[in-house]
Amino acid sequence: MPIENNWITLCHKDALINQSGVCALLEKDQREHQVALFHVNESEVYAVENWDPVGKANVLYRGLMGEAQGDIYVASPLLKQRYSLKNGRCLDDESLTILSYQTRIVDDLVQIQA
Amino acid sequence: MSIISQSSDKINVVVVVVGNGMVGHHFVDQLSQSKQFNITVLSAEPRLAYDRVHLSEFFSGKKAEDLALTSAENYQNLGVNFVLDAKVVNIDRKEQTVTTAKGDTFAYDKLILATGSYPFVPPIPGKDRPHCLVYRTIEDLEAIEASAKQGKVGVVVGGGLLGLEAANALKQLGLQTHVVEFAPQLMGVQVDAAGGRLLRSMIEELGVQVHTEKATNVIVDGEQCVHRMEFADGSSLETDVILFSAGIRPYDNLAQEFDLAIGERGGIVIDNQCVTSDKNIYAIGECALWNNFIFGLVAPGYHMAKVAADHLKGNENAFTGADMSTKLKLMGVDVGSIGDAHARTPGAQCYTYENQPEQIYKKIVVSNDGEKLLGAVLVGDTSDYDNLLQYALNGLTLPTAPETLILPALDGEKPMLGADALPNTAVICSCHNVSKGDIINAIDQGATELSTVKSCTKASTGCGGCASLLKNVFDNELTHRGIEVSKDICSHFAYSRTELFHIIKAEQIKTFDQLLHKHGNGLGCEICKPAVASILASTWNDYILEKDHVSLQDTNDTYLANMQKDGTYSIVPRVAGGEITPDKLIVIGEIAKEYNLYTKITGGQRIDLFGARIEQLPPIWKRLIDAGMETGHAYGKSVRTVKSCVGSTWCRYGVKDSTSMAIFIENRYKGLRSPHKLKFAVSGCTRECAEAQSKDVGIIATDKGWNLYVAGNGGMKPRHADLFATDLDDQTLIQYIDRFLMFYIRMADRLQRTSVWMESLEGGLNYLQSVVIDDHLGINADLEKQMENIIASYQCEWKTTIENPEALKRFRQFVNSDKTDNNIQFVTEREQIRPATSDEKQQSVANQIDCQYITETV
Repeated sequence: MPIENNWITLCHKDALINQSGVCALLEKDQREHQVALFHVNESEVYAVENWDPVGKANVLYRGLMGEAQGDIYVASPLLKQRYSLKNGRCLDDESLTILSYQTRIVDDLVQIQA
Repeated sequence: MSIISQSSDKINVVVVVVGNGMVGHHFVDQLSQSKQFNITVLSAEPRLAYDRVHLSEFFSGKKAEDLALTSAENYQNLGVNFVLDAKVVNIDRKEQTVTTAKGDTFAYDKLILATGSYPFVPPIPGKDRPHCLVYRTIEDLEAIEASAKQGKVGVVVGGGLLGLEAANALKQLGLQTHVVEFAPQLMGVQVDAAGGRLLRSMIEELGVQVHTEKATNVIVDGEQCVHRMEFADGSSLETDVILFSAGIRPYDNLAQEFDLAIGERGGIVIDNQCVTSDKNIYAIGECALWNNFIFGLVAPGYHMAKVAADHLKGNENAFTGADMSTKLKLMGVDVGSIGDAHARTPGAQCYTYENQPEQIYKKIVVSNDGEKLLGAVLVGDTSDYDNLLQYALNGLTLPTAPETLILPALDGEKPMLGADALPNTAVICSCHNVSKGDIINAIDQGATELSTVKSCTKASTGCGGCASLLKNVFDNELTHRGIEVSKDICSHFAYSRTELFHIIKAEQIKTFDQLLHKHGNGLGCEICKPAVASILASTWNDYILEKDHVSLQDTNDTYLANMQKDGTYSIVPRVAGGEITPDKLIVIGEIAKEYNLYTKITGGQRIDLFGARIEQLPPIWKRLIDAGMETGHAYGKSVRTVKSCVGSTWCRYGVKDSTSMAIFIENRYKGLRSPHKLKFAVSGCTRECAEAQSKDVGIIATDKGWNLYVAGNGGMKPRHADLFATDLDDQTLIQYIDRFLMFYIRMADRLQRTSVWMESLEGGLNYLQSVVIDDHLGINADLEKQMENIIASYQCEWKTTIENPEALKRFRQFVNSDKTDNNIQFVTEREQIRPATSDEKQQSVANQIDCQYITETV
């Protein structure tokens, strides 16, 4: 995976699905991390970890995207907890936060900072 | 002097908790939230806290880990130290240390005794024979299970609440079960004599034999069974297993031995802050004696845990007793008991209602002046419990005819307690102790949606039993403030589902974006997206994974399969009417074998294949479709199955060909999307083997035609279907079903089943009949036309998907790798796979032994 100032390319933007999620594998420090990527519009992509801390499964990319007062979130497909895509905070349980990543699209490539 | 000032010279107060039962754990949970405490838990049991209230579920398939309330990992994350198998045998109050049986010593600033209770075993000669057991811990249950395997008959000594739960456990283990009670009736603490009689007859109908007024003299060798119990009246009973459940005794031996104040009949004496006679020692839960009373329920124990934790933190709180009212289901029998159930208050007066045919008994106990409710007993029907409890707990003034509170509503509405009548102190949610005042506060703070009130107060997030009362209080409060109670589907659309349906149909709207642009705001959410997707499908019937629709679908619809707990999917091919050829069975078997899937027969006469990874779904479906099968829509809020019996074709009693009718109906309505799932059944005669009366649409053959039933369901709140029309010919039957279904699809709320929808219609069944049979609204031609369109545009969604490269792209775990999700791991049980538990996964990592990964790749 090409790395440049901590920006890691995960996939081409054609792999994204509008208003929905896909998952990319990030191999870093000899460990595998699953990253859920959500496509809002041409220039807006969000990245959070794919692990559902309540359901205990790698499924968050399969959740429905939603919006509440301008905050964009994904609802877990298992037990429906909502996580903000901007900062990973759970909107239904203050004690839960999932990892979130900075993202950008450069030359049609989707990159995250990790 | 407060605790805070005592501990101001050191940052960490060292707290040792003896006992890790439900209450001990709740205390740790409460205290670990503040960082100033260094907590150590010493448990005599070999495992951390688990849910004893639901212990009997151990026998209905739950495992020890399912009952767990916490885990080693969780305690580590909270920074809580714990030692298992650590029975405390010594307390040195002067040095402030405790010592365990293994000889380890722990110093404490504050000591919490949460040692619980132990089952009382009456001193009967023979009580220590093998297979004489008690019912309290998971280890007890394991012993019971082992004993039950060797025997046929089981006896529970004690007919109280716990005794009946234990009897249920024996029954589930397949033993011929008896309950032996010393008193003249069952559940003598909670229920009066008449209620006890009904309870007894209902339990006996369930196959448990009840023996009251029996005192056991001795237990000796039996002739047919292991034991013979000989009773004082000369009779005897043979049995293989005996469970003692004759009450509990507080585990207070530590307190006795080390000179803490003890009650006359046991229990560690505590004050309103749960402090014992030593100011550095607290006692909570079933070992504690408050005001000469031991509370044997979990809710008061939780309250004590909170009070003790608050006192340590320096917060004001006090334990001032607890309400012992209970509502529960024992072997399927509803029982409720409130306050002074036995009318022991001087001058108390009773009202009773008994309905023998329906097996219902209700009694209320009111004060001498008829103003206040003192207590109640409910057997067979506890629907009035919540209402009555509010009257009793809050001292509300009763209506002039208090009996109306328990009499069935013959005409019109039953007097329900208005939310206005409740004082602000009234507890709405007893699980989380949320009062009406707390809810009003939350609304004051700006929570104007029910979901927000729930998340900030936690109300109705425990057992959920208070959901309707909470909604009532919430709606009422909003109305007071002049805020209209919203029927809007969510914040993105100011319309109900029914209104959205009409807009979509009238304006020919084909996509969510069009609808949002014209009539909504924001970006949508997990409520409105699937609801609109369903309406679009019911109206235009496009392929649901098309570009414009795919991001709207609910979890299961998105991948046309049913997601399971580990993120794998289950697959259900359609088996119309439950009829399947041997060839198709063989193909299903071959696929299951090749992909190593777990197979199970469903309640809808189909076969479910579990454990498929997301990327395996398309190749599996390709095989199924090549063999002539099609999707079963088990994943959709849509028509599921039509169950049937073999009917007149094979059966000696059948009067019509129910199988052919079931297959015809299933093929007619397959794929029809609706506000909730729809289940059908067709029975070939009045014996009703297909259980049609528990379905949304049920059809039963008569010698003159078909009887049509509607609006039944199984599930959480089962409802018998209502007879809608009789002796119909084939054509009329189909016509009525077309109209009924389409009217439901147009009118119902999201996730509202046919039963709830019909009950919400003014006029209910009669109104529905007037619309469907008499065309009261003049819309039947339109309803039928819409149904024709849906039927004509049916497609197998899986066939479309495997032929669509764009749609197939989504069926993979990673967009940038062919690897698979390594968290999906299986172990073998009864010769098939099941998901590995977290413990098993950790173990496999620890031992460097791979669990059986799915290895097939496509």
